[in-house]
Parts: sequence; structure tokens; C-alpha cells
Amino acid sequence: MAARALGLVLLLALAGLPFVPMAGMRQYTIHVLVQIFIWSFIGGAWALMGRFGLTSLGHGAFLGLGAYTSTLLWNSFGLTPWLGAVVAVLLTAGLAVIVAYPCSRFQVVGHYFGLVTLAVGEVVRLLIIAERDWTGGSLGLTVKPAGGDSVLALQFADRRVFYYGALVLWLAGLGVWRWVDRSMARSAMEAIGEDETAAASVGIHVTRFKVGITVLSAALTAIGGIAYAQYISYVNPDTLAGIGVSLRIVFAVVLGGMYSLLGPTVGTALTIALAEYLRVLFGLKFIGMAETIYGLLLILFIIFLPAGIYGSARELLRRRRTVAA
Amino acid sequence: MIDPVFLAEAAINGLLLGGVLALLALGLNLIFGVIDIVWIAYVDLVMLCMYAVYFVVQVYGWPIWVGGLVSVALGALLGIAVHVLIISPILTSAPVNQLLATGGLLFFLQSFATFLWTTDHRSVRLTLPRLEILDMPISVARLIAFALAIVAMLGLYLFLTRTYIGTAIRAVSQDREAMALMGANPQRVYVVTSAVGGAMAGLAAALLIIQYAVHPFFGAAFGPITFMICVLGGLGNMVGAFVASFIMSEVIAVSGVIWSTEMGYVIAFVVFIVMIFVRPGGILARRG
Amino acid sequence: MLALTNVTAGYGAFTALWDVSLRVDAGEAVAVVGPNGAGKTTLMRVISGLIAPRAGTLTFEGKAIGGRPAYEIVGRGIAHVPEGRRIFPALSVADNLKMGAFLPAARATFAESLARVHALFPALAERRAQRAGSLSGGEQQMLAIGRALMSRPKLILLDEPSMGLAPVMVLRLFDLIRRVRQEGYTILVVEQNVRQVLKLVDRAYLLEVGRIKMEGRAAALAEQDFVRKAYVGL
Repeated sequence: MAARALGLVLLLALAGLPFVPMAGMRQYTIHVLVQIFIWSFIGGAWALMGRFGLTSLGHGAFLGLGAYTSTLLWNSFGLTPWLGAVVAVLLTAGLAVIVAYPCSRFQVVGHYFGLVTLAVGEVVRLLIIAERDWTGGSLGLTVKPAGGDSVLALQFADRRVFYYGALVLWLAGLGVWRWVDRSMARSAMEAIGEDETAAASVGIHVTRFKVGITVLSAALTAIGGIAYAQYISYVNPDTLAGIGVSLRIVFAVVLGGMYSLLGPTVGTALTIALAEYLRVLFGLKFIGMAETIYGLLLILFIIFLPAGIYGSARELLRRRRTVAA
Repeated sequence: MIDPVFLAEAAINGLLLGGVLALLALGLNLIFGVIDIVWIAYVDLVMLCMYAVYFVVQVYGWPIWVGGLVSVALGALLGIAVHVLIISPILTSAPVNQLLATGGLLFFLQSFATFLWTTDHRSVRLTLPRLEILDMPISVARLIAFALAIVAMLGLYLFLTRTYIGTAIRAVSQDREAMALMGANPQRVYVVTSAVGGAMAGLAAALLIIQYAVHPFFGAAFGPITFMICVLGGLGNMVGAFVASFIMSEVIAVSGVIWSTEMGYVIAFVVFIVMIFVRPGGILARRG
Repeated sequence: MLALTNVTAGYGAFTALWDVSLRVDAGEAVAVVGPNGAGKTTLMRVISGLIAPRAGTLTFEGKAIGGRPAYEIVGRGIAHVPEGRRIFPALSVADNLKMGAFLPAARATFAESLARVHALFPALAERRAQRAGSLSGGEQQMLAIGRALMSRPKLILLDEPSMGLAPVMVLRLFDLIRRVRQEGYTILVVEQNVRQVLKLVDRAYLLEVGRIKMEGRAAALAEQDFVRKAYVGL
């Protein structure tokens, strides 16, 4: 009950935030929050697979495929991103099936699965760069301006519209998580995660579930990619595809805890805050130092806080409670 | 119509490149086969060693073979360091954590290199004789690299089959627990394996720096190809990796000359995706 | 030689052994029998160091071994022939035996140990270059035992040696174990095939659901009803 009340208060606070006076920091705060919402959404999408042991290191593929599809369709054909998203989701789902189906049939799991997805993610990135004639290569692509606010083009001058859009997106992501949590799929996937052969022997259609959850995860990730692309009006193979962004997503989720509803959000908020802090700290001096520290912290976190912050915090609280009792 | 001479030249170049790629793929596979962990940052270790050769040879003027020795030694040391500092603490962690650890290492190495040496490309300039076989210009550097790679792989084969510790390494990759029951301290076997894998990276670095320029994101260029080769050959499968290296390099080289370098990569990727769908266990994997 | 006192052990949240005490004296052959899932393999793994005990003490030749890592315990003179053989399938027979002598002390006497093993198991000498994975079940079992002998052990742990073998092979196998025993090795064997193993050993323990239910001389246990009825030897 207390958690619900707290959640409601938080939600109201977030909803009202764009109207709170912030001494000029508002634009920046909104900007950071939009990023947190969108990337938490994407992180949650990844966690749908991650929590069941399907460790994908190539979610950049879905991000990139999604974002580039909608952007290219808009830039070249004027197709509204709303419909572009449909096409993007279909393509991404297709890729998800191509990767998930054989991996499931041939029991490619763990590190091997990670490597396969890693390679696929890189393939998408390198393909985008290679086909520079129409994708813009490593220089990226700007989303063609619609000239003013347009719901159809999903472009708005006022950042606050994006803020509320991202907030809704984030909440929708939490909703999907809840839905999966409560569904048959969850128990089935957990059974599969524990012992695939046993699960299969009780009639659980292992491949169907694995492919299904991968498709769902991929589709949501593509949507997240499109949202991000529309927000910053720019797509680039390094920010939206490849191992860099894929690892960042995974790190954020593992840091926050991939088994809980708010884990991905907590982790994403922390990593974005960290990245911003480092960026401000180092600015343009010591190019590469911010990333170096990021990488170092990543390694240290993994070694010393394997359950993530959320998980470790929960453990601590649980221990305190049992001691007190 | 493509001039068959160009095709032949491309095929030869593909072969020569394949040799060095095989070194990378085998090193990665060796470590995975024994320790069960994929070093995502493997090619970035190669990048570090390439810088080492650059500094030793280009900046300090030592002969190339000294640079090579330094590179191999550095590679072995880095291998041991990575295992002891990063891998050992997480040997029993969940796969996702293990992958993130070597992933974090990748970030760290790439950005640290950027910080130390900027993104400028550095190369080692060797004066080598020009060589022409049947009207085709062949890079002598590439030829030497290929020859040395083959020699190294033969050495690895002999090490793994004829020496005690080599056989022990193969045994651990087949059954880690059983090997513990033979009195072998698994940690020691892992350290040796990491050293060997690292040394291979070091050798590959020396062979690559004479053909390509190094920069902090070298791993971003050669990493994906290496991973694809490992998957194509079947992760952990040494023979598969060897074969897959040449298949990949030939596809890239030949498609590159028929269409363009970019297309070469595109086709290699398509081959890769198709192979994943048809045989994700690797080309030499047994069905089902 | 080997003494377990009140040993409790298990995996994760599951406890497989409760308060187990047993001993094996030098030169003896002792069996632990019991139904499937009784905890026999767990017992072997605790002794050889693959699992650490949760409670209780284990001593070998007077020194504590509970919780020590497996490679160290092998060094002290205990060789464990695991359930299912666990030979290295892609290595040759000769290489498998070589791995058995991994310990420095064993490597020093390699030639002599090898000769002994070849004398006991001539088939292994014949097939020395053959890939171990292509051997028959019985031959693999011989290889597994031979491999254990290469480490010059004082105590040999045999985990379900007859498992998966044809009846004819089982008889041959126990004959071979008898010969190994005659060479002077102390043996602790865990078996489901109660009848055969009781003919081989001096004493036996009955392990059921993780606890020792009975112990005594082999001949005395063989008289028990439960041997006749409940556990059908093949």
C-alpha cells in the first residue's frame, strides 16, 4: 500500500515537473529525463529477454533497424513515423525470428548466444556504414524537418511534448512488463530457464516462447529507437547500433537489477546521470577520459556488485528485516 | 567481365588475410573452449599490442623482430592480467555479468587508448622488396604475416597435442571437473591458457601492424569479423574457426573486387546471417 | 585411513547427506550401497573435494581434508573414479592415462605406473592410440580406473563402476577390481549392484536418503532380507 502511494506521488511529481520553476535548469532537466524515460523503456525491453537468461548483446541491431527504417521512410517518402514504426517493427520482428529461431532449435545459449547477437548487432552497424549512399554512413542522417509542430511527423518544437510522450512511453513499457509478469509466458520462460528439457517434456513449446519473447523485446526496442531518433532528430550508426549502445543498455539493466519492474529504470537513471556527470567534469579536455572511467566503473561494478544496485539494496534490506525480527 | 588476374589476386590476398584472422579466431576459441568465457575485448588487446610494436619500431627505432617479440610477451602478460584481475573474480557469475565484464574492458581499452594516443592512425613503415607473381603484385608484408601465422598455428597444434600442459588444456576443455580429479589446479591451467591466448593476440598484432594502421577503434573494425568467424566455425571449435577464417576472408576479398569493398563486407554479413539460420552451431557442428 | 565424522553436505538449498560417519582402514575394501538418490555420489564428491561439507569432519591419514580443493586431495593420495567414467573423449587412451599422472610425484614414476596399468588392463595397451570416446563402456571403465591408478593413490574411490555395463562386463569388471585390490590398493566403492559388490568387499554401509542405516561385515549384510528383495542386482 505504501509503495502504491509512493508511486502515485512520484508519478504526479513527474507529470508536474515541466511546470515547476527551475531557474533556467528546466530545459536541461527535461532533456535528461526524456533520455532516461526512453532508455529505461528500451532497457525494460531488453530485460524481458535478459531476465529469462537470453542475454542479447546485439540489441543495437533492433534499435538501429527500427530508427533507420522510420527515418529513411520519412526522409525519402514522407511516410509518417507512426506508420514507419509499423514497418520498422515488422522488419525488426523478422530479424528477431531469424536470430531467435535457429538459436532456440539448436540450443545456442549463454555466451554463445551473446556472441551471436553481438555479431548481428555489429553487422547492422557495419551495414549501415557500408551503404553510405543512402544511409549516410558514419556521418548519420538527420530527420528531415517537417517545418513546425506536427503530430504526423512526430516533431515538436516544445520539448515538453516529447517529455510527456516519453513519460507515457515509459509507463507503457512498465505496463508491458507487468503484463508479461502476470502471464503464462512468465512461468513458462522461467521453467525454460531452469531446465529446458524438463520444460519441453511437460509440453511447453520452448521455441515458441523463446522466439515470442525475443520478437516482443525486439519490437519494443525498435519503438524505443524510433522515439529517440524523433527526439534528437538524428540517427547515427554508433549511437543507435553496434556493440557500444548494446553494452550500455545491458549494463544499465544489470546495474539496476533485471528481475524487477523498476530495475531497468533505476539502472538507466544512474548510468545516464553518471555519463552526464563525467561529461560535465571532463568537458572537452582529456578526450576519452570520461569513457575510460565509465568502462572502469563498469568492470568494478560487475565484479563487486553482481546483483546490481537494486538487487543488492533489496538483499541488504531483507537482511536488516530478518535481523530485526 | 572481371579480369581473372584481379580475381586471382583477390583470392590470394584473401588467403593471406585469412591466415592472420585465423590466429585471432583460434586465440579467442582457445580461451572460450577452456575457460568458457568469451573475451569480447580480445581484439582490443591486439590493438594495445599493435601500439606497442608501433612505439618500439617506429618511435624508438628497434628492428621489427624485436617489436614482434615485445608484442608477443606483452600479449601473454595482458592475457594473464585479464584473467587474474577480471575473469577470476567472476568465474562463477551469471553469463551476462561475465560478458559485461569483458565488455567493460572493451570500453575501457578503447577510450583509454583514445585518451593516451588520440584517434590518429599510426602505422609501421617497413621497407620491403617488391614482389610480383605472374603479373600480380603481392604484398611481401602480407606474405610474411601469413607465413608466420601458419607457423604459429602449427606451433599451437604441437603445443596442444605433444606437450603435457597442452594436453591438460585440451582435457580441461573437455571435462573441467575430471581434470581437477587428476590433481590439476584449474586456476593454473586457466592462467596458462590465458597467457597462450594473449600471446597469440600479441603475435597477431605484430603481423597486423605491418599491414594496417592502428587506432583506438581498431577493435571496432576487426572485432566483428573475428566474432563472426568464431560463430561461423562454431564457438570452441578450433578446426571450424580455422576453416571459417578462410571462408570469411575469401568472401570479403573476392566480393570486394567483383563489386566494392563495402559490398564485400555486406556479402560476408549476409553469408553470416544465412549461416546462423541454417547452422548456428557452426559449419562443422553436428546436426541436432 | 579415511574417516568421516558426522558429515553433512548438499547442493545449494538441498541437503543430500545427513550426519554421515564412516571409516575405511588401510588395505580394506569397503562398499556403500543404497538405492538411487541415496546420496552415494554426493558422498564420493565430498571425499574427493568436489563439494565442501557443510558440517562434520573428514580426515585422511590423520589430516583434515574437509573443504580442501579437489586437486589438493588428489595430491594427498585419494583418486576418484567418477560416476559415468568421465574419461576425456577426444583424447587418446594414452593421453588419458598421461593426464592421470598429472601430479609431479606421479609423473616421476610415470613409466612404472604405466607398465602396471598395462599389465592389469592389457586392452588399454593395445588401444593406446584410439580415441577414448570410441571405446566401449567396459573399456572406458577400465580406462577410468587405469587413469586413477596413474596418480599412485593410496585410496581409490569408485563411483558406480558397473553403471551402464552389460552383465558380462560387470562380472569382468568386478574381477578386475578384485585384482586391483590385490595389488594393495585401499578401495571405497559405491554401488547399486549390491550382490556383486558385497562379494568383493570386506565391509559395507547402507546409505538411504542421506543417512547411514546399517553397517557391518559384507557377509553379514548379504544375509539381510533387503539385499535379497529390495535391491535387485543385475
